[in-house]
Amino acid sequence: MSVAALRRPGVPRPRRGGRDVARLPPHELFGVALQGLRTRKLRAALSALGIAIGIGAMVAVVGVSASSQANLLATIDNLGTNLLTVTPGTTFFGANEVLPNTSVPMIRAMRNVQRVSAVYSVPNANVFRTPFVPSEETGGIGVDATDPQLVKAMNGTVASGHFFDAASENEPTVVLGAAAAQDLQITSATGHVQLFVGGTWFTVIGILNSMTLDTSLDDNVFVGLPVAQRLFQIEPDPSEIYVRANVNDVSSVSNLLAATADPQNADGVDVSQPSDVLEARAAAKGQFTTLLLGLGAVALLVGAIGIANIMVISVLERRGEIGLRRALGATRRHISSQFLAESALLAVLGGVAGLIFGAIATWIYSIGQNEPWVVPLYALIAAPAAGLAIGAIAGLYPAAKAARLSPTEALRST
Amino acid sequence: MIAETGGMSAQPNPANSVALELRDVVKEYPGGVRALRGVSVDIQTGDRVAVVGPSGSGKTTMLTILGTLERASSGAVTVAGRDVVNASDSDLAGLRAYEIGFVFQGFHLQDGMTALDNVANGMLYMGSPLRERRELAKVALERVGLGERITHRPQQLSGGEKQRVAIARAIAKRPTIILADEPTGNLDSKSGQSVLELLHELASDGATLALITHDDHVAETFPRRLQMRDGELVGDERR
Repeated sequence: MSVAALRRPGVPRPRRGGRDVARLPPHELFGVALQGLRTRKLRAALSALGIAIGIGAMVAVVGVSASSQANLLATIDNLGTNLLTVTPGTTFFGANEVLPNTSVPMIRAMRNVQRVSAVYSVPNANVFRTPFVPSEETGGIGVDATDPQLVKAMNGTVASGHFFDAASENEPTVVLGAAAAQDLQITSATGHVQLFVGGTWFTVIGILNSMTLDTSLDDNVFVGLPVAQRLFQIEPDPSEIYVRANVNDVSSVSNLLAATADPQNADGVDVSQPSDVLEARAAAKGQFTTLLLGLGAVALLVGAIGIANIMVISVLERRGEIGLRRALGATRRHISSQFLAESALLAVLGGVAGLIFGAIATWIYSIGQNEPWVVPLYALIAAPAAGLAIGAIAGLYPAAKAARLSPTEALRST
Repeated sequence: MIAETGGMSAQPNPANSVALELRDVVKEYPGGVRALRGVSVDIQTGDRVAVVGPSGSGKTTMLTILGTLERASSGAVTVAGRDVVNASDSDLAGLRAYEIGFVFQGFHLQDGMTALDNVANGMLYMGSPLRERRELAKVALERVGLGERITHRPQQLSGGEKQRVAIARAIAKRPTIILADEPTGNLDSKSGQSVLELLHELASDGATLALITHDDHVAETFPRRLQMRDGELVGDERR
């Protein structure tokens, strides 16, 4: 072989100002970093796990809260935000106001109102399966009188049987709220089940599903208003009025409701929008996550310290390799970028693993709670990006340490 | 065989030029230890030189300064025709990447890689693609007689074979200078002998070879021997 052949490599040399330049293209840097991790798989996996747990916890917290919120918002969308409720307020001295019996027809006559329904408390009636149950064991089940519009106004659904119609509201028939039916251990409205309500036998004609917009109704049983007036002598003063307004006119209807319900004492009328309560609850779920996210951040910090620690150990252990690389033509910058890349890669892998853990945890939760599975889109980017940032920061010191190492000293330690 | 890239090199004609030169080189370590006390020496291109001397005589320090892994505290150092005293870190790295092949006593092979990739890794910082590096590595491994063992990992090789892989790594890029620090120090006499013969054979192609040893039998095989003691050059024999 000729001298010339020996002196020249078989590949063109990158040159700068007539000098040979040592190079490490990004894809080679990635390969070197990957190789570094592959030769220490267990250690890499354990240190990435720290980051994975931190990011996994954060993704799960965000995911669970997003799933719950999505569920509530879906419920709100489903039920509509155009339901308003009118209730008697309290007087200056704390006594309960009374809504006049004209309030329901007055509201029904308003513009932009689609549907109106009301419930009327029947205070002196209790519900029993048989007349032999002691009268004090009421089971906390209340009796309300109402009209056939209630279920439609509330966007409620009937689990079994049917709700009142113009005929049955005049008869001794009863419809059970979801919780009341459970307490009375009645699962079906078929088969002519009878209940002893306020001293009279009533036939169960329907069982309702839970009323999401006003779950307090679930504990009650309902009788028709004409029957209640006839048998229990109640005054037709509504205890609560439900108003379904046109979607675009909710606020204008809301502003007029109090004065319409009781023109002589509008201050004694409370008007509210149940969907507001649900929205507030959705927002509250978001607030709660801040604390848990803080805990996730602590886990992440511990993970970052773990990575920094493992990288420092790695630099000490791999002095020989560092010295060799310097002898092979690596600049200090090449050495520091190698360790920085290893650290960043480790943490990015941890971040991706954490994203997967978190998404799975959210999925299991959402199945358990029967909620939609939502992992916020930003988490898909934020989790690996957080890993990258953490890895880069954790790797700074070890990388600088590796670059500072004297190659001769490094080569001596075999 | 590898294609020659004639005309690419900016090197002067190697015949009769100085490959390595030290002028009054002093190396002082923190704490006041003077490893070299004014060493001056010229090594011509194509020379084969053994550096001998007891432990602590400064021979490894001299080799690392010649290999640009360390800088002299004072004095002039020229490597492959270039002044390295005032060169930047990246210029020195470039010099090492293209011109200098190192062989160490401790092999310094990476356990997780095959012999082929260990040798290919020797050209990592030249920026050539992996496929080309592997081709050159294969040729080099065949040259050191390990053509059959390219897929073996270091732990599957004997000491002599490991050192041959390390030598293949040093020569695969066709350096002009080969620096060897006690390459036979960890080997039995038979493997040591064959590694030594291999180095001589490779250097006879025109590369400059400087080898550190404390073994007189090894030194005797070299046409030129530099004797070091207490950081000074005390002998320069030619045969």
